[in-house]
Amino acid sequence: MAKITLDNLAHSYFPEPKGEEDYALKQLDHVWNDGEAYALLGASGCGKSTLLNIISGLLVPSRGRILFNDKDVTEQDTVARNIAQVFQFPVVYDTMTVGANLAFPLRNRRMEPAYVARRVQKIASMIGMEDMLERKARGLTADAKQKISLGRGMVREDVNAILFDEPLTVIDPHMKWELRTQLKALHNEFGHTMIYVTHDQTEALTFADKVVVMHDGKVVQLGTPEELFDTPEHTFVGYFIGSPGMNLIDADVSGDKAICAGHEVTLGGRYKPMSGRVQIGIRPEFVSITSQDQGLPVTVKRVEDVGRHQILRAEFEGRQINAILPEGLPIPAAPIRMKFAPERISVYVNDWRVAPDEVTATPSKEVVL
Amino acid sequence: MSLVLEGVSKLVEGEHHIYPTDLTLERGTMNVLLGPTLSGKTTLMRIMAGLDVPATGRVLWEGRDVTGMKVQDRKVAMVYQQFINYPSMTVYDNIASPLKLMGVSKSEIDKRVKDAAALMQLTPMLDRRPLELSGGQQQRCALARALVKNAGLVLLDEPLANLDYKLREELRAEIPRIFEESGAIFVYATTEPEEALLLGGNVGTMWEGRITQFGPTPKVYREPCDATTARVFSDPPMNFTRIEKTGDKISFGEGQSAPAQGALAGLADGVYTAGFRPDHLHLSAQGADGLHFQCHLNVTEITGSETFAHLSHGPDHWVGLLHGVQDLTLDAPIEVWLDVAHVYVFDEQGKLVAPAAFAMAA
Amino acid sequence: MNKVENNRAWFLVLPVLLLVAFSAVIPLMTVVNYSIQDILDPHTRFFVGDEWFREMLRDSQLQSALGRQLIFSFSVLAIQIPLGIAIALCMPTRGIWVAISLVLVALPLLVPWNVVGTIWQLFARGDIGLLGVTLNSIGIEYNYTRGSTAAWFTVLAMDVWHWTSLVVLLCYSGLRAIPDAYYQAARIDGASRIAVFRYIQLPRLAGVLTIAVLLRFMDSFMIYAEPFVLTGGGPGSSTTFLSQHLATMAIAQFDVSRAAAFSLIYFLIILAISWVFYTIITRATKD
Repeated sequence: MAKITLDNLAHSYFPEPKGEEDYALKQLDHVWNDGEAYALLGASGCGKSTLLNIISGLLVPSRGRILFNDKDVTEQDTVARNIAQVFQFPVVYDTMTVGANLAFPLRNRRMEPAYVARRVQKIASMIGMEDMLERKARGLTADAKQKISLGRGMVREDVNAILFDEPLTVIDPHMKWELRTQLKALHNEFGHTMIYVTHDQTEALTFADKVVVMHDGKVVQLGTPEELFDTPEHTFVGYFIGSPGMNLIDADVSGDKAICAGHEVTLGGRYKPMSGRVQIGIRPEFVSITSQDQGLPVTVKRVEDVGRHQILRAEFEGRQINAILPEGLPIPAAPIRMKFAPERISVYVNDWRVAPDEVTATPSKEVVL
Repeated sequence: MSLVLEGVSKLVEGEHHIYPTDLTLERGTMNVLLGPTLSGKTTLMRIMAGLDVPATGRVLWEGRDVTGMKVQDRKVAMVYQQFINYPSMTVYDNIASPLKLMGVSKSEIDKRVKDAAALMQLTPMLDRRPLELSGGQQQRCALARALVKNAGLVLLDEPLANLDYKLREELRAEIPRIFEESGAIFVYATTEPEEALLLGGNVGTMWEGRITQFGPTPKVYREPCDATTARVFSDPPMNFTRIEKTGDKISFGEGQSAPAQGALAGLADGVYTAGFRPDHLHLSAQGADGLHFQCHLNVTEITGSETFAHLSHGPDHWVGLLHGVQDLTLDAPIEVWLDVAHVYVFDEQGKLVAPAAFAMAA
Repeated sequence: MNKVENNRAWFLVLPVLLLVAFSAVIPLMTVVNYSIQDILDPHTRFFVGDEWFREMLRDSQLQSALGRQLIFSFSVLAIQIPLGIAIALCMPTRGIWVAISLVLVALPLLVPWNVVGTIWQLFARGDIGLLGVTLNSIGIEYNYTRGSTAAWFTVLAMDVWHWTSLVVLLCYSGLRAIPDAYYQAARIDGASRIAVFRYIQLPRLAGVLTIAVLLRFMDSFMIYAEPFVLTGGGPGSSTTFLSQHLATMAIAQFDVSRAAAFSLIYFLIILAISWVFYTIITRATKD
């Protein structure tokens, strides 16, 4: 197990990068703690796979260093780094039995047979394949094969880190639940440093202690799921986390008031005067509808009943605003107004969040729905 | 205009891939086939398209028997999970290709291609080739090609499965809007309950070659006809536990009981299965007559806005979906509450015998 | 899968059907017809049943030609398959060397059979050929027109030179089809080079190897032009293989009935052995 340090790291696939835009991965300086579960979250092409390949040693960065437990491993190859990795598509040794597949990384390292057998048994019970150990891996379904790949990734106890590259892509939704929970339980039990690459926010947020949100080759925020949800540091994080993402409305902010197209919105704190593009951001979860004479007037476009809640898609001054409303709440067809919980509003200047000088309303722990 | 399946079934090597199925799809509707991998969604769609011939039964299109008619002679468009475009053609030519085959005039092609491209937000990419586009754009190109045909039946087989989460979310919101305009019959296969709910329209839940229930999406969600449907149409999966009815009382084990009211009152005494959705479990009492369970908390998962709690209750594994970020002690006892109005009751065969009271009220 | 049937498509098959009938079915039936008759001249023939077949099976010349043929074909497989895999494994995977090595490897395949025979006839000559002179000068007595071992060696070497490329190309394409993730996973699992070959490359080559083995077996079992040009079947009959034996019988001796019976037996042997190979390999890759 190891602490992972990214020191002044950057990577370009061009031999002689000219400008910023040639870099797939821009300036990264991070220390990732030993034994924590991290998720690298971002859209495809954001650089998350590049970063994973640099950590696993398949790629040498164009600039900077990578350290495991303060030891420079930038030039070391995958084997020397002592890591395990699970790939997007199942990699199994077809001609071996399921048991031999699980034992393979241990046998290659000449572990004691008794230990190998014990370990294989444990992992097999974790992935629910105890009764299949003697079966050949060939001809199993894709999700069974991916479970074997996951098992092989976990079988060694002495690895510095376990890397997961979108491992649940081929798994059915019902199975995803089970596997993710098992991964989580395993992390709690063994405390490996885990790095999980995904574009799926639910997977990232539920799996990780800390989520690293990447956008356009940069880390835009590193935080706990709660921080990413409550205080997105960048409008991209607001948009990317949550479904639907954060509502962003252009506004003029002065003191603890924002003016959106002539309508006043109360904020949860006092702000200094600011210049640039100013927006207020509010998550759909904290938008409510009201018939009183307050809040923003909106036109209802669609109401989607998604079972445990409803998504109201409305329009305000040509911009879509979404609200998440409780199951069964009647929504009037007439023009309605939307109210925002003041303590949940963030203010953004040129896409980056600005903290208030003075907080006037504090969020309650329980989200009221 | 309608598509009717009459007793359609499909056998492969003596095994039923589709059991005899009756289904009527009306013009201008969105119909979602929801079920896990290998439940028969694709097979059913292939029969609808005319790519496969059913072992038994008939396929009627506008009242005419089209069983065995070739796919080329039907007005069908299909979009797959893989992004299938002609790699050597530009996006424009890709979208235009079905029209060229139909012998539509040049000016008409140009108009229809541009309309479809605008709808799919592909206008700036018309001169590029598919492989120069992102996955989402490639799939939008395939969708545009399906739409431009003005096919009466559009089949979409997990079209968003290979896309990024966020793109999927955006296209999901777009698709119902696009399809409202076209007036065709849409059939959309997916494995994800949430996707089915977002798309709205009708849903047919599939399990091991059968359509277990077909109807308006919110109705199927709230009134699943059996435990299988409820399980398929619930993510996280529905929680189940054994209950017993004696007289006017329903006992949930652990001494928890609720008066048998409403639909429950008429049940014969005996053992049943109770089912309830994860979002109906709470950490505090909800009203006076809530049920109250002592569980063991195994793992929690936090999404930022919600907390998933994985619980053990006797032999049962439950998931609770709790609002907000909950700081809970792991591997420790925990108390949860459940409103009896949210409980579905299934008999031993899994048939729904009493729907949840709240669903009937809604 | 019972797909929608379109019977009009059968009309498109008709020309091919006629062509096949004309070029294959009718000649084959003629051969069958010949094999059960004794033909003294074009107008005098009578039915003899399976007599020619029984005679052929008892024929000692045929038996020894068959023996030689089997030894030859299995030697070809034993050398070319491992050698082909080994070369494919050594070939570069990226850069300009891919194209260069592919062209180099493919070159022998472009040379016509009888030309190959001629090339080797010169190449192996003890007086002027590079191979022959070199071997003789380092003290190995080598003359393929006299020593049957030398003749055998030369025919075998020639076939290896000519056809190993086919195995190489098939294996190379098979190896390229293995996703990179497998190699990465193997490195991470700490697998040795041998383990990578044994558990990743070989299982994934099974498909192309089946094709390679079948092609090489059938081709080598029917080898004709190269040894005919190189050794003419000699010295003695040490390199006379089945096809040459058959050709001599049918053309030189004009013994069409015997030759017909012989060729049918020949055909059945190839079919039987190919079937055995096919079932063994597919069964091995199935479980």
